[in-house]
Order: sequence, then C-alpha cells, then structure tokens
Amino acid sequence: MEQTMKDETRTIAVTVNGTKRQAEVEPRELLVYFLRDHLGLTGTHVGCDTSQCGACTILLDGRSVKSCTILAVQADGAEITTVEGLAREGALHPVQEGFGEKHGLQCGYCTPGMIMSAVYLLKSNPRPSEEEIRRALEGNLCRCTGYVNIIEAVKWAAAASKK
Amino acid sequence: MFPANFGYVAPRSLQEALELLDKHGEDAKLLAGGHSLIPAMKLRLARPGCLIDLGRLPGLGGARIEGDSLAIGALTVHADVASSELVRRRLPGLAEAASLIGDVQVRNRGTIGGSVAHADPAADFPVILTALNASFVLVSPSGSRAVSAEDFFVDFYTTALAANEVLTEIRVPLPSPGAGTSYAKLPHPASGYVVVSAGALVIRQPSGLCASVRVAIGGLGSVPFRARATEAALQGQQLAPEIIAAAAAKAAEGADPDDDVYAGADYKRHMATVYARKAIEAAASNKR
Ligand SMILES: Cc1cc2nc3c(=O)[nH]c(=O)nc-3n(C[C@H](O)[C@H](O)[C@H](O)COP(=O)(O)OP(=O)(O)OC[C@H]3O[C@@H](n4cnc5c(N)ncnc54)[C@H](O)[C@@H]3O)c2cc1C
Ligand code: FES
Ligand code: FES
Repeated sequence: MEQTMKDETRTIAVTVNGTKRQAEVEPRELLVYFLRDHLGLTGTHVGCDTSQCGACTILLDGRSVKSCTILAVQADGAEITTVEGLAREGALHPVQEGFGEKHGLQCGYCTPGMIMSAVYLLKSNPRPSEEEIRRALEGNLCRCTGYVNIIEAVKWAAAASKK
Repeated sequence: MFPANFGYVAPRSLQEALELLDKHGEDAKLLAGGHSLIPAMKLRLARPGCLIDLGRLPGLGGARIEGDSLAIGALTVHADVASSELVRRRLPGLAEAASLIGDVQVRNRGTIGGSVAHADPAADFPVILTALNASFVLVSPSGSRAVSAEDFFVDFYTTALAANEVLTEIRVPLPSPGAGTSYAKLPHPASGYVVVSAGALVIRQPSGLCASVRVAIGGLGSVPFRARATEAALQGQQLAPEIIAAAAAKAAEGADPDDDVYAGADYKRHMATVYARKAIEAAASNKR
C-alpha cells in the first residue's frame, strides 16, 4: 500500500482507448484534466464546476461516469474509453454518425458527453424507447439544441446499429 | 476548478483503512464514490489533508441475504442497488429510491454507504432506509456496532459515525410476506435532489387490515421525519383509498420545515401529505 504525501506525485497506469498509458499525477488531479492535459485527449470537455453538465462523460471500466468528479488516482488500473476511441478504422460509431445525420448539435460543447451517454445506453439497451433515451441523457445538459434532435440522433443510431 | 492539495492512500483491507484513519485522525477523510466529497473539495468547502480511498477494499459491494435481513455492502453503487434482482424483488421501494438519485453517471459512481455517511438532508437513501427500519454496521479498531437509521441521522450532514469508524454494511430487515415497500419523490427541477419525498413500509394482515406501517418523510427537516400521526391513523385500519388519504393528510404533523428559495414551508408540508399518500398507496398494493 503506497502512501502519497501532500505535494507528492504518484504513478498511475491506465488503458485509454486500448492503449496503455502511464503518468505521474498529483492526487488532486481530476481525471478529466489528466485526459485533456496529460494525454492531449481534448474531446472530453469541461462544461461546469458542479458535476452537473455531463460534458466530461467517459466510460470507466465500461460504465458512464463524469470524469470531472473522479480523481485520476482513483482510475489507476482502469480501462477508459473517450469519444476519441469510438471510431473503428476510420468509420464513425453509429452514434457519432447519428448526430451528424440528425443535426444533433449546434455549438458542439455538450456533444462528446451526449455521445458517450448514448453509447452507454445502447450497449445495454439496443432498442430504447424515446422515454428511455430521455432518461438516459438526464445527466447531460445542452444549452443550444433543445434536445429534440439529440433524441432523434440516438434513435437513428439505434436503428442503424440493428442492421 | 480543482481541489486543494492533499495526500492519498488506497488501503487494500478494512484493517489497513482503520489503522490509517486512526493514524491521521481529523486530518483524513474517507473517499468512497467521491460524488459528494469531490464537489465539496473543488469548491474548497472541504479541505482534508489526506484522503483514504475505500474504493479498493474487497468485499464491500453487492447485496445478499443474511438471516432475516438484506445486507448491502457500503461500496455498492446506486445503479447496482437499483438493478439488483434481490433488492427489486424483496425491497422494491429501496430499488425505486436508488433509481431516482441524480442521473445515470451519478448512479454509476456514488455509493449507498457514502450517501448515508454524508447525511445530506435532501438525499434519498436516508428517507427510505428510515422507513424500512434499516441499521448501519460501523466498524472501529475496537469492534463493530449496529446503529438504527433513526439513531444514526443526527442533524444536517451529521451522523453517529465516530471519527475512527468505517460504515461497512447497510442491513434492512426483510419484510414479511404480505408487506409492501415504496418510495415517492418530488425532485428539485434543477438539482434533482429531494424537495419532499416519502418512503413507506406497509404490512397487511391476511384480512387486509394494516398490521403495521412506517412512513418517513424527507425534506421537512435536518433528518428524515417519521410521520407518526399518519402511522397511528393507519394502524389496524382497512387499507382503503379514503383511509389512506385521511392518514396521509397528517404526514407533516409536528414537522417544522424551513422556507427556501424554491419551496415555502407550507408548500413542503402540503407536498408531504401528497407524497406520503402516493408512497402508502403503492406500498399497500404491492404485496411483496
Ligand atoms: C450531480 C449530482 C446529483 C446528485 N443527486 C442526488 C440525488 O438526487 N439524491 C441523492 O440522494 N444524492 C444525490 N447526489 C449525491 C450522490 O448520491 C453521492 O454519491 C452520495 O451522496 C455520496 O456517496 P459517495 O459514495 O459519492 O461518497 P463520497 O463523496 O466519497 O463521501 C461522502 C462522505 O461520506 C463519507 N464516507 C463515504 N463512505 C464512507 C464509509 N463507508 N464509512 C464512513 N464514511 C464514509 C466520506 O468521508 C464523505 O464525508 C448527487 C450527486 C451529484 C454529483
Ligand atoms: S464538467 Fe463534468 S459534469 Fe460538468
Ligand atoms: S450543442 Fe451547444 S451545448 Fe449542446
């Protein structure tokens, strides 16, 4: 059991989008800043300081979480998927395509988080009802779209994935 | 925004966690899901010198039957309480409360033990666990003790947990056959936390009369409020809609809620009667 004192750093190892990464972090480093500043994965956004907006949503060991409310040291040993890890061999993930097809974004600030929450939903529920989509996106705020096209984007992705 | 500097350690056993807590004393804070503590640290409302991360302790997750209780490990995340087959079948009111906390991401990370230990007056678990007469297992270097929900919640963000204790398990007595549990919540439209909520446990006699009932209300004070006048009005009565409505009308008797920017005291008292009725009706009809 390694103890890190105040003002010291600690080595963590995580697998991000399939690649092993190791880094020195202060215990207070939030996971979202580790991804953005250490690893340069700026697709994960920071939209608030109060754990409410969901712009920072990633998958941590397969579960959607708000990476602004997790310490990087808590993720030591974990598998992480960010929005950058969704495309396969140059082809966008159906949810990413759906946001394009259905105009599910305006400024795009909330979009990576919305996409990660939608991906998480479709993993366990490939044919969600509209109500289920709305509930699944409760933790993601959008200040532009009014949500209607976001819901349409997720429906589009669900239909496209069925094929 | 990020927290002030602190030290960090992730013990691998409860024993180690207790030793660390003993060693660091008041300067240390336990970290579970971090979904109350980290936001408070980002706002610098909390500035612990050292975090003891419980996240890697083995054996503190999941629900199992232990004698005539359901035992839930303190580190079980809200989503797992909500989806547990065992919880849904035996204590549907508890699963319902878990499913109404925050949002998907919060439920994937926050733990039942953290919620109980944090004792936010607008939280969900304290209310339903009071209604269900749960008790909490607190472990210290000198042994362990079980404290009932009513003795555990002392005041706003204040519990019976001593500085050297770790909450390891939540124990909920399994209701007898013919009993029902339910939880109903009026969420704040922005934060999603409780404005007013009600948890109910209703035990019916085979004749259909109410053998016993417990009703707890959230949002009326610093800790969950037992609606004793409502309980007394139902005891031994037929569980008919008019009787339930008349009993629920007494749900805020003896409570003294504060006005806040979103809801006034009168409104909260009224909502307590409405949500008590919803919870009791649901508990009286789901005979599990
Ligand atoms: C956006 C958002 C919305 C939310 N909405 C709701 C809501 O609607 N309803 C609701 O009830 N809650 C809500 N919450 C709070 C959430 O449920 C938290 O998960 C919970 O309050 C704390 O659990 P935690 O595991 O995250 O604990 P932490 O934040 O890690 O810890 C909280 C406190 O408990 C102590 N502690 C933790 N575990 C133990 C233990 N085993 N033994 C002793 N002490 C311990 C810690 O030292 C700390 O003081 C919300 C949170 C967020 C961020
Ligand atoms: S940045 Fe994480 S919830 Fe807003
Ligand atoms: S598209 Fe601008 S916040 Fe959602």
